[in-house]
Amino acid sequence: MAALVVRLSCLGKRWVLACIDGGSRHGRGAAIGLTSRRKRGQSSVAQQPLIAVQKSRKGEREWAAVVGLEIHAQISSNSKLFSGSQVHFAAPPNSLVSFFDASLPGTLPVLNRRCVEAAVMTGLALNCRINKKSLFDRKHYFYADLPAGYQITQQRLPIAVNGCLAYSVSVGKKPSQVSTRTVRIKQIQLEQDSGKSLHDEPRSQTLIDLNRAGVGLLEVVLEPDMSCGEEAASAVRELQLILQALGTSQANMAEGQLRVDANISVHHPGEPLGVRTEVKNLNSARFLAKAIDFEIKRQIHELENGRKILNETRSFDDKLGCTMPMRDKEGKQDYRFMPEPNLPPLLLYDTASLPPGADPQQVINIDWIRERLPELPGKTREKLIQQYGMLPEHSFTLLNEVGLLEFFQNVIKETRAEPKKVTSWVLNIFLGFLKQQNLAVNESPVTPSALAELLNLLDRKAISSSAARQVFEELWRSKGKTPSQIVSEKKLELMQDQEALERVCHTVMEGHPQVVMDMKRGNPRAINKLIGLVRKATLSRADPTVIKEILERKLSS
Amino acid sequence: MLKGYVPPYNATVVQKLLDKGAVLMGKTNLDEFAMGSGSTDGVFGPVKNPWSYSKQYREKRKQKAHGENEDSNWLITGGSSGGSAAAVAAFTCFAALGSDTGGSTRNPAAHCGVVGFKPSYGLVSRHGLIPLVNSMDVPGILTRCVDDAAIVLGMLAGHDPKDSTTIQDPVKPFTLPTFADVNKLCIGIPKEYLAPELSSEVRSFWSKAANLFESEGAKVIEVSLPHTSYSIVCYHVLCTSEVASNMARFDGLEYGHRCDINVSTEAMYAATRREGFNDVVRGRILSGNFFLLKENYENYFIKAQKVRRLIANDFVNVFNSGVDVLLTPTTLSEAVPYLEFIKEDNRTRSAQDDIFTQAVNMAGLPAVSVPVALSNQGLPIGLQFIGRAFCDQQLLKIAKWFEKQVQFPVIQLQELMDDCSSDFEIEKLSSVSLKQ
Repeated sequence: MAALVVRLSCLGKRWVLACIDGGSRHGRGAAIGLTSRRKRGQSSVAQQPLIAVQKSRKGEREWAAVVGLEIHAQISSNSKLFSGSQVHFAAPPNSLVSFFDASLPGTLPVLNRRCVEAAVMTGLALNCRINKKSLFDRKHYFYADLPAGYQITQQRLPIAVNGCLAYSVSVGKKPSQVSTRTVRIKQIQLEQDSGKSLHDEPRSQTLIDLNRAGVGLLEVVLEPDMSCGEEAASAVRELQLILQALGTSQANMAEGQLRVDANISVHHPGEPLGVRTEVKNLNSARFLAKAIDFEIKRQIHELENGRKILNETRSFDDKLGCTMPMRDKEGKQDYRFMPEPNLPPLLLYDTASLPPGADPQQVINIDWIRERLPELPGKTREKLIQQYGMLPEHSFTLLNEVGLLEFFQNVIKETRAEPKKVTSWVLNIFLGFLKQQNLAVNESPVTPSALAELLNLLDRKAISSSAARQVFEELWRSKGKTPSQIVSEKKLELMQDQEALERVCHTVMEGHPQVVMDMKRGNPRAINKLIGLVRKATLSRADPTVIKEILERKLSS
Repeated sequence: MLKGYVPPYNATVVQKLLDKGAVLMGKTNLDEFAMGSGSTDGVFGPVKNPWSYSKQYREKRKQKAHGENEDSNWLITGGSSGGSAAAVAAFTCFAALGSDTGGSTRNPAAHCGVVGFKPSYGLVSRHGLIPLVNSMDVPGILTRCVDDAAIVLGMLAGHDPKDSTTIQDPVKPFTLPTFADVNKLCIGIPKEYLAPELSSEVRSFWSKAANLFESEGAKVIEVSLPHTSYSIVCYHVLCTSEVASNMARFDGLEYGHRCDINVSTEAMYAATRREGFNDVVRGRILSGNFFLLKENYENYFIKAQKVRRLIANDFVNVFNSGVDVLLTPTTLSEAVPYLEFIKEDNRTRSAQDDIFTQAVNMAGLPAVSVPVALSNQGLPIGLQFIGRAFCDQQLLKIAKWFEKQVQFPVIQLQELMDDCSSDFEIEKLSSVSLKQ
C-alpha cells in the first residue's frame, strides 16, 4: 500500500516542480494559490511542497527548501547493544557501565539479539528491504564521551535500506484539509550511543557519565524529500508513533530516546541543490519545526544578500530561537572508517533460507518477525475510521495526542452512547479542556469512566446536552464526584414526568395566546419562543425536542 | 600507558587454566603492546635469553672471545612474547601464555629452544587479550614439549560467548596419540621461503628435517606460495591500521596513565598518549591513521585486504593439492646479541624477523615451532610446521613425532643452579612435564 503511494507521489512531485517553474512566470505566490485551491481528494495524488515556495523580495525568484533528517532512536531493550550492562533512564552516574563500555583493554563486543530484532521490525514497518547480510564498522573520533575512541556503526552495509514513511500535513486552514506525503527512507543502521558529557563551566571541567555509552541506537536516515519544518515535524511524529506501536523504542524526545539532526539547503527551483548545513541535536518536537524554518529563512536571507552558505554544523538555541554555528566542528572530519574486526557479518534468514537444524536461539527469521508485527498507526487509524465512522483527521488527532487513543477506547468500552458522540466529546470538549490548561491526557481530572457515565446519562436522555456540559465542567473542577452526583446536586435532570410537562406547556400556551395565534398562522419562530418559555418555566430541565412535540400535538388537537 | 593498571577481570584463557587448578606464577615481560621481534622495547627493559648463560653457549664462546665481560654480550630472546619463552626455557614454569600476531610466540620459542604453538584463529578465545591486530591475534602457548602444549590447548580451545570470533563448536581435551603413519604424510616445502638472508645453518637443518621425513616414507614436495613476497608490506598496512584503531581507547580518561595537563581535553589526550606510548607504538599509530584516511583507504587498506586474501588462498591451494603440513624455518638465524640487535630499529627488525611467521597469521592457520638442534654457537634453532585450519590436533601429532626424532638437548644452566641448593639432577628436568 505504502509502496503504491510512493510511486504516485514521486510522479506527482516531478510534475509539480515543473509546475512551479511555469508558475513563476505568473508572478510570486501563484504556485501557492494553485495548490491550496485543489480539492482534498486530488491532493493525496499530486504532492505539492507546502511552503516550498517562499515569498521572496522584490523581483527575486522563488526559493525551494530541501530538508533531510537523521533520526537516532534508542532501542528499548534490557541491555546494551554489545554488552550486558542494563539500560535505564536516570540511573546514578556511571552505575550501568560494563568493562566493555568503559573500553577496558581486552574486552570484545557481543551482539544483542533483541536489538537486531528491533531493527528488523522497524525496517519491515517502514517498508525497507532487510539486508540478509549486514556489516559493522568503526567510526573513529576522539571525544571524552566515546571511551574507545571509535563508535561501532554500520556504514558500508546497514541492516535495512530503501523504505518509505507516510505522514500527513495540513494544507489549509480547515482541519479536514490534510494531505498524505511520503518520505523515502535511505537506510536504517544499528549503532552505539555515546556517553553524556556535562560541562561544568565555573570549575572548567567536564563530567562524564557513561551510563548511556553503548546503548543500542537505530539510526533512521530520511532522504531530503521534505521541504519545511512542519513536514519534518509530522514525519518525525509519525515515526515516533510507529516506533512506539512496535515497542522498538519509547521514542520519548524529552528523555533523549529520540534525537533528530536536520540537513537543510535552499535553491531556486530548476537549479541544482544548494550547500547544506546540518542542524544537530533537535531534542523537542516543538523546536524541530521552528529550528528548520529559521534555518531556511536564514539561508535565503544570506543568499539574497549575496553571501554564501557554509557547509557547517549548527545547533539550535531555543531561547533565542535561532541556529548558531557549533564551536569545534571546523573543517571536515575524516572518521577513518574501518571494518569492525571483532564482529563477523550479521546474517539473517527467512523461512526459505533457514539452515536445517539451526538453533533458534542463534538465528533470526525475518518472516517470523514479519508475521508477528504489531498493528501500525496507519492501520489503527484505518480501523477507527471503519469501526467508528470517524473522519480521517479525527483518527490522526486521536493517535497524535499521547494517551488519547487509550482514553477514547476506555470510554467506548463503558458507554452505550454512539461512537460519533464519543468522538465528538473526546476530541472537542475533553481535548479542548486539556489544551486550555496545558495538561497531558494522563493528568486529566476526568477519568474515562466518568466521561462514559456522563455520556450514558446523555444517551438515556436523563439530561440535556447543555446540562451535560455543565456537568463536565463540574467534573473537571472537583475531583471525586460522579456525574450522577453532580446531576442530582445541581438538579439538572430532565423532566421525566410527561404529564407534568404537558401541564406546563398548557399553562404557557394559555398565558401567551398571541404567540399561539402566531403559531397557528404558521410562524416558525413562534414555536421557538414557546419552547423557550417552557424551558424557562422548567428551569431548563426539559428536552426541547419533547417540548416541541407536545406543543405541536396540542396545537393540532 | 598501563603502568599500575590492574585489570578487574581475567582473560578467558587465564580463567580456564585457573579453573582447572593451574597456579599463576607471574606475569612476563614483552615488547610494549606486543610490537617488536626482540622483546627489547618494554617499559621494564629488555628480556635476556637464558641460553646466554647456558653451558652449551658459554663453552663455545670461550673458544672465541677474549677478555669479554661475561654478562655484557647477552642474547635476545626474540619477541614479542620473549618473557614467556624465557620463563619456560629457564624452568620457571611448565607453560606460559603469549600472543601471536605475526610470529610473536613462535619466534622467541625458536630462539629459546622451547615449543611455541599458534592455534588456528577462532579456536581459542581472545577475550582479555589486549588486541594488536584483532583479525590476526591469537593467544600463544609456550611449553617445553609438544605433549604439554597439547594439554594446555585442550583446556583452552572452544567457543567463548564473550568472543564473537570463536568457532561455535565446543572442543574436548585430548591426548596426542603416537603418530604411526608418517609414510602416508605429504610435506610441503614452500620454495619462496628460501630467503637469501636465511643463515646456512638454519638452511641445513631445514634440509635435514625434510630428508628425515622422506627417509621414513613421507612424500616431501616443493610447493609454491606465490604471493609470499608481498606479505610483509601487506601485514604492515593492515597491522598499523588496526593498531591505530585499537590504541584510540588509551586516552588516560578511564584507566591507566594520565598526564598532568588540565588545559583542555585535547591537550590532555595528546600529552597522555605521547607520554604513555613509546616510539614504536606511536610510529605505528601514525602510519595506521594515514592508511585509514578517506583518500588513502582504497589504495592501501582495501588493497592490502585483497592481497591478504591472495596470500590466504595460496595456502588453501597448497593444502587442497594434497599437502598435509608445510615445513619451514621459524627464524632467519639463531638468537643474536642484544647489542647487535639494537643497531637496527624496531620496524626494520620486525620486517626482517617476521618473514617466515606472519603469513600464517594472515591466513589464520595453526603453526608450531619445534626446537631442532643447537647451532655451532650452542644456541637453539627451531623449525616451523604449518597445518590446515582447525587441524591443530593433527599438526601437534606430527610435531610430536618430529620432536621425538630430533631429541633436542636440555639447556644446561648448571652454573646458575649451583647458587641454590638443588637435590634434583638437571637431566631429569626435561621429563618433568605436565604429562604424568
